[in-house]
Amino acid sequence: MIEYIIAKYNYWVYIVLMMIGFYAMIGKRNLVKKLLGMNIFQWAIILYYVSTASKKGGATIPIVMGAHGHYEPAQAIQYLNPLPHCLMLTAIVVGVSTTGVALALIIMIHRRYKTLEEDEILESLEAFKK
Amino acid sequence: MEIIYSSRPALAILVSLIGAFLILLTGERSRNLREFWTIAAAVLKFSIVVSMVPYILDGKIIEYTVLSISPGLLIQFRVDALGIIFGLTASFLWIVTSFYSIGYVRSLKEHAQTRYFICFAIALSATMGVAFSANMFTTFLFYEIITVCTFPLVAHKETPEAIRGARKYLTYLLGTSIAFQLLAVFMTYHVAGTLDFQYEGLLGGARGSVSDTLLTVMFLLYMAGITKAAMMPLHGWLPAAMVAPTPVSALLHAVAVVKTGVFVVVKVVLHIFGINLLTQLGLGTVLAYFASFTIIVASVIALTQDNLKLRLAYSTVSQLSYVILGVALLTPSAITGSIMHITIHAFGKITLFFTAGAIYVATHKTKISELDGIGRQMPFTMGAFTLGALSMIGIPPLGGFISKWYLALGAIEANQFPIILVLATSTILNACYFLPIIYTAFFKEPSLDHHHNPGPKSKIQEAPALMVVPLVLTAIGAIILFFAPTFFLDMTRIALHSVIGGGN
Amino acid sequence: MISDQFPALIIVFPLIIAFWINIVGWWWKRPCFYMSMLALSVSFISSLGMLNTVISKGTIHYRLGGWEPPWGIEYVVDHLNALILIIVSFVGLVVGIYSKKSIEKEISESKIPQFYSIYTLLVMGLLGMTVTGDAFNLYVLLEIASLAGYALIALGEDGAPLASFNYVIMGTIGACFYLLGVGYLYIVTGSLNMADLSQLLPNLYHSKVVLVAFAFLMVGVAIKMAFFPLHIWLPDAYTHAPSSVSAFVAATMTKVGAYVMIRVMFTIFKPYFSIEMLPATTILCWIAVAAMIYGCILAIAQNDIKRMLCYIIIAEVGYIVMGISVGNRMGFTGAVLHIMNDAFMMACLFLAVGAVYYKTGARTISGYKALFKKMPLTSGSFAIGALSVIGIPPTCGFFSKWYLVLGAINAQQWAFAVALLVSSLLSAVVFFRILQNMFFSPNENPPIPPLEKGGEGGFEKQGKGIFPHEAPASMLIPIFITVAGILLLGVYSGQIISTIIQFTVPEGF
Repeated sequence: MIEYIIAKYNYWVYIVLMMIGFYAMIGKRNLVKKLLGMNIFQWAIILYYVSTASKKGGATIPIVMGAHGHYEPAQAIQYLNPLPHCLMLTAIVVGVSTTGVALALIIMIHRRYKTLEEDEILESLEAFKK
Repeated sequence: MEIIYSSRPALAILVSLIGAFLILLTGERSRNLREFWTIAAAVLKFSIVVSMVPYILDGKIIEYTVLSISPGLLIQFRVDALGIIFGLTASFLWIVTSFYSIGYVRSLKEHAQTRYFICFAIALSATMGVAFSANMFTTFLFYEIITVCTFPLVAHKETPEAIRGARKYLTYLLGTSIAFQLLAVFMTYHVAGTLDFQYEGLLGGARGSVSDTLLTVMFLLYMAGITKAAMMPLHGWLPAAMVAPTPVSALLHAVAVVKTGVFVVVKVVLHIFGINLLTQLGLGTVLAYFASFTIIVASVIALTQDNLKLRLAYSTVSQLSYVILGVALLTPSAITGSIMHITIHAFGKITLFFTAGAIYVATHKTKISELDGIGRQMPFTMGAFTLGALSMIGIPPLGGFISKWYLALGAIEANQFPIILVLATSTILNACYFLPIIYTAFFKEPSLDHHHNPGPKSKIQEAPALMVVPLVLTAIGAIILFFAPTFFLDMTRIALHSVIGGGN
Repeated sequence: MISDQFPALIIVFPLIIAFWINIVGWWWKRPCFYMSMLALSVSFISSLGMLNTVISKGTIHYRLGGWEPPWGIEYVVDHLNALILIIVSFVGLVVGIYSKKSIEKEISESKIPQFYSIYTLLVMGLLGMTVTGDAFNLYVLLEIASLAGYALIALGEDGAPLASFNYVIMGTIGACFYLLGVGYLYIVTGSLNMADLSQLLPNLYHSKVVLVAFAFLMVGVAIKMAFFPLHIWLPDAYTHAPSSVSAFVAATMTKVGAYVMIRVMFTIFKPYFSIEMLPATTILCWIAVAAMIYGCILAIAQNDIKRMLCYIIIAEVGYIVMGISVGNRMGFTGAVLHIMNDAFMMACLFLAVGAVYYKTGARTISGYKALFKKMPLTSGSFAIGALSVIGIPPTCGFFSKWYLVLGAINAQQWAFAVALLVSSLLSAVVFFRILQNMFFSPNENPPIPPLEKGGEGGFEKQGKGIFPHEAPASMLIPIFITVAGILLLGVYSGQIISTIIQFTVPEGF
């Protein structure tokens, strides 16, 4: 059992992180905490993607070794899969922009209601309606 | 059977749509021009329908395909004898009603007249659509359009009462047609793969491949879904719709809307299920007894009504079931009777509603108990009323006699003696609720304390000529139908010939 | 040939223009609107061109940057997404024209260039989601569209920022689930190309990883398309957004979500996996039934008309999902037809509501009292849209419901057919309550509120034209276009099915 967990520890880490993030997003009432939860959630997935690219046994980044006339044929076993990394570059960009938009919204909300607690905002919205 | 391809049925429908559009454009700016469009559309429509009659009398069929939605699903028109009878009746009576409407709304200075005339024109377009449709899909399409565009007419007065009535109207008609009729249409399509009306019955050959239970369920769904036929217990919308202005009650709730209902019932019985299938399943008899129940009970309720329009409404409920009864008996004479009754009842009932409206315009009276001696004040109106009432009862020199005669013959052919009893009882009941009105109008002294009309009693005070002339015309029509039924009988024979095959 | 580059042009051109609108807008605000409309027109024309090519020559495969498919990003246009592209770009264009006047009134003037920039990005994101044939690329474009959507919704009235924030949270969960699903598929197959995936996956259908991937993808998409019970973000967000934004997102965003669902279920996975191996479709059908009934019932409970329409959207999404998942030709045809029709219906209703809000500020049922006297054209258009949602012929809503019910019946699922009709009846209740208020005013004639002063065009000055109380022409014409769409799509649905939709039905149905 222990071996099973250790063998796939990268998955367990990402699942635990994801659940923490998920809890913060759903369970917390403060908007900044929600945002932090969202970030943890996103980064967990990025971690997962990157970890799937890794290989045991000294594989490295895919750079052609031994140039200048001394040319070795590329062995797939020696290289990490570069594609997940590339994908995650995009995902990081997306994540950062989402955070940016969310922060902008938080600033807007704070200017308008002077608080970031969801309950209090809802209260003042109700009061506004009446 | 020879088929002619012509766009005339589509033109007959389009003409009043274009009319509606012109009415909208003209609006309140020039009332005379607006009314001219109504009349022009009505006359044109009638002449287009009449122009198709010779072909039909030759035993041909006119067909026109507008659109093909998907295989087996077309918007298509097919004018046959049955459709043309209904089309002729509705389009002729629209002309008469248009004149009457103009007189009515102008005398009462009704509001929203433009909306009123637009909705009227669209309703007539859709009625033609039902009359000429070649399949159940097209029928359903126009059936729904009628419901929606008559809703503003029923709610016309915009009083809380009118809106309540209109809501009831819509709930019944739209609700049942979506919940039951549409479902039945879907089932038909699922079973037969098409929705085309066929003279031997679309589902005629389906028995065996489909269980009898399913067919019975479908039939019941159809009957429950075609609420416009006002068969009990789904008749409640018709009295509720009496809040509408009288010309609306006259044309729509004696001709266009309710006749669409019974017309669709006739189509479903003859062309979807077919006589053979229904005979095998024994469903005709079930329907006949439902109709008989409606005939008797509605007549009894009519007896208790003091409001003239409500009494006429219950009378309509009862008379509509004559048509259903006729087709439900599934014998040639009975079907002849029921097809004739569509037209004959239309002439009689529209006369009665017209008189109710004329009385309202001239005296603002709506109750039968207030009508003492009104016959002296409005001799033409009440004369026409008498003719219409006699036609309803079925007394010989009037059209109503003919259809009842054939219905009775049909009941004998079908060996359904209880039905003859029903017809007799209902005739007596009809007499019971119409004759007292005539008696009150002509032979009772007008009550003196009446403040509406303090002038001398002998003075004739009719409604405007625009209203009186149409109602006299329709009353005369009811007489003509008795003396010259050959045309309609010929038409009916052609319609029957295609359904039964042998002719009679 | 420029027409060969249409699949790229449809994305790249609006992307570049969106960037330039932002820059130009710093100095000069006037051309922003025209630039945005130019970009969207180009997209619309390219999608028309692509549909033409697809009909005459078959599916278009476009290699972005010239890279071979499994490695490079491939754009694939077949009958299904050519149709969706046209819907999205057309609605985008029409709503864009409408927003010129509407936005001037609803948001502060300094933000107008940014509005057009982000609006163009939103349309571009949705177009990209539709055109791409690459599962990861879809995620990126999905996020572009969503981010643009969050920003636009936040521009709305009081309460909009909070609604938008909640939408950010829910939307991100949805997108992340989708991303995870794609990641799982990538682990087992090593490919991100949809066509490639559908070739590689069948051997792996019994793998648990593939099952989990399917579940993650479906949940992610369901959140994005507001499929009951994951719809909670939608009513708040769409209610508080500016009128034209709600009109566009209501008409297209959930529809593109439905399109992605079709792709996941029937392109990435084969129909026999989604239908026969998993009970997914049965479950989806029953949830869809719940969505139809729930949406309509909650719509009845609303007083704010925009919010009511939001619940109607939830019901409409239920219709579409039901059509997709009954698993036969009729139902699928109905679903695709409904995606198209619903886009027009929702655009029409939301635009009409926006026009009323623009002129009178009214948005509640009681506020619509006797509206017909003041704004006959707008109320007429609203009525036609409403009749279409109810499904009264000859509006287009009837025809798609027709196929949906037949699909349910062909699948021998009478319960679904009945549920659909019941939900139609409920929506009749919803809309006739409003229509009655609009057309009839029992016993009272409220004074017509004074007209707004100002406005550049001559349309707002009193007494001009036949309809002095109507919204300006640049708002009315888009409404009329959608109304014409509702009527024409209904009448020509036969042709549309025979030329386009019948080819979208997946093999094996």
